[in-house]
Amino acid sequence: MLEFFSSGLAGYLAFFLATALSYAIICLGLNLQWGQTGLFNVGVAGFVAIGAYTSAILTTPPSDTHLGGFGLPILVGWAGAMLVSAAATGFVGLLTLRLRSDYLAIATFGIAVTIQLVALNAQAITGGPFGIGFIPRLFSGWAEDALLFNFANLAAVALVVLILYIGLERLVRSPWGRVLRAVREDEEAARSLGKSPSHYRLQAFVLGGAIMGLGGAVQAHFIGFIAPENYLPTLTFQVWTMLIIGGSGNNLGAILGGVAIWALWSVSGSAITVFFPPEQQARAAALQITGIGVLLSLALLLRPRGLLGERINVSRHTDAKPAKAG
Amino acid sequence: MEIEGDMATATGRGDGQTARPLLAVENVVQRFGGVAAVDGVSFSIRDGEIAGLIGPNGAGKTTMFNLIAGSMAPSEGRILIEGESVETQPAHRRLSVGLGRTFQIPRPFGQMSLVENVMLGRKGQSGERILPNWLAPGRVAREERETYDKAMALLEFVTLTHLAREPARVLSGGQRKLLELARVLMAEPRIILLDEPAAGVNPSLLEVIIDRIIEINRRGTTFLIIEHNMDMIARLCRHVFVMATGKLLCEGTPAAVAADPRVIEAYLGGGHLA
Repeated sequence: MLEFFSSGLAGYLAFFLATALSYAIICLGLNLQWGQTGLFNVGVAGFVAIGAYTSAILTTPPSDTHLGGFGLPILVGWAGAMLVSAAATGFVGLLTLRLRSDYLAIATFGIAVTIQLVALNAQAITGGPFGIGFIPRLFSGWAEDALLFNFANLAAVALVVLILYIGLERLVRSPWGRVLRAVREDEEAARSLGKSPSHYRLQAFVLGGAIMGLGGAVQAHFIGFIAPENYLPTLTFQVWTMLIIGGSGNNLGAILGGVAIWALWSVSGSAITVFFPPEQQARAAALQITGIGVLLSLALLLRPRGLLGERINVSRHTDAKPAKAG
Repeated sequence: MEIEGDMATATGRGDGQTARPLLAVENVVQRFGGVAAVDGVSFSIRDGEIAGLIGPNGAGKTTMFNLIAGSMAPSEGRILIEGESVETQPAHRRLSVGLGRTFQIPRPFGQMSLVENVMLGRKGQSGERILPNWLAPGRVAREERETYDKAMALLEFVTLTHLAREPARVLSGGQRKLLELARVLMAEPRIILLDEPAAGVNPSLLEVIIDRIIEINRRGTTFLIIEHNMDMIARLCRHVFVMATGKLLCEGTPAAVAADPRVIEAYLGGGHLA
């Protein structure tokens, strides 16, 4: 009995962490756009949706209810998700990146709502409100053993996060990242030093979008089913909260924020099912959003840098050198 | 004459030795609506000189600077750097043809350390592209070491070594001017536009700035300086251009323009001479 309970708890923890880390992937993408470059993208959910749908269409078995499926391997689906999301962000970026921050926010918000509505209505492609099911799951051969299955999935998602983290740290803590930071702080000054702000903005926007798309694809294959209501603005709001609480401009902070906020979200969701009678639970769920909003406000007031703030020295190549005494 | 880019090896030279214009402005006009902020201005700066651009407030000096630096394209006229027409190129291309600038109100990257502010100025860093950071990290690291050492040397040159690891937001106004100078020097420009280097700077720091400008010039870099501080202009410049109401009023040595009645008129008011 005890053994059953502990293996159930361990399985749940693995499931929880894998979900949290899948949000951390999206959060890493937003960190590149906002944390490093100052791009106010409020359309996160749209780019995540593009990745999720792309990978689902590429990998599901042939179906009458949506485009495809093409039955391709999961890794091909993930790669396709990154490419299509990158292309979509590139297109959006070319149209919108000349906008100043608040206008960029309005534009990206509108684009994300549009993408969600397309997912809802373009039934021949996306399956419409019924979504896409039978998305192949990693290690589905082990699905009999819930514990093993959950841990294997956790390991896979953790590996993706690790690869992204190392790759992004290499990239961001470099002269390239230094230019992004400069563009974020003062594009006129960056321009006077020979750096083209629009060029770097587009690079960061597209790469961030590709990572968000990958996050969407990883989630889709983890859950096995996607539908348009997964990609409402709530998702964007959650990811933004993760980044701000975790520490904007810090990749480790983005991951930490993803796990912390997803933990709070899950705990508050469970608390609602415990403390509210079933007929009130749908309403009480609004308290989750309210609670996260209050937390976000408090964090912005009390600790605007987040749990882990950004470093003063951008390039890792400048880390080891001590300052010469003046 | 070829001047080596590297400051340490650049040769010293008296200014005014060569007559080739490094920067030429030809009949430049800039209109904002119905107002011509710059109205048919032509002048040229010789390689190796320190030239001044003076004039009362509203004369069009900063607009002229912004046109030369590429922040905007002129309504009419041409801007040539070493004979190459650059007026339609965007601002971020100016540095590659050898033109650097500082701002009237300094624009340091406040969240970044001083040394990285300066490192950013270096041109052609392979680590500023995405792929070398993943595929050739060794090359990027080697370049970064060089860039770091050079940036530290420049910070020492502008007397800011002790603040190298601090975020630039802690600096005073005068220190910010010095940081901007080091940052633009990192790019090794042939000509530097300085917009009011003395404004808001305390007198002792001002001496450092003047001294450094002379030293940089001695090593081969040309300057065009906007300044209201006539004492500084007199000490630095052999040649001064005077602008008033968008036009070039006159040019000559600091002493000559200071004695010119048209200049006195422009500064003290009383309408324009016919």
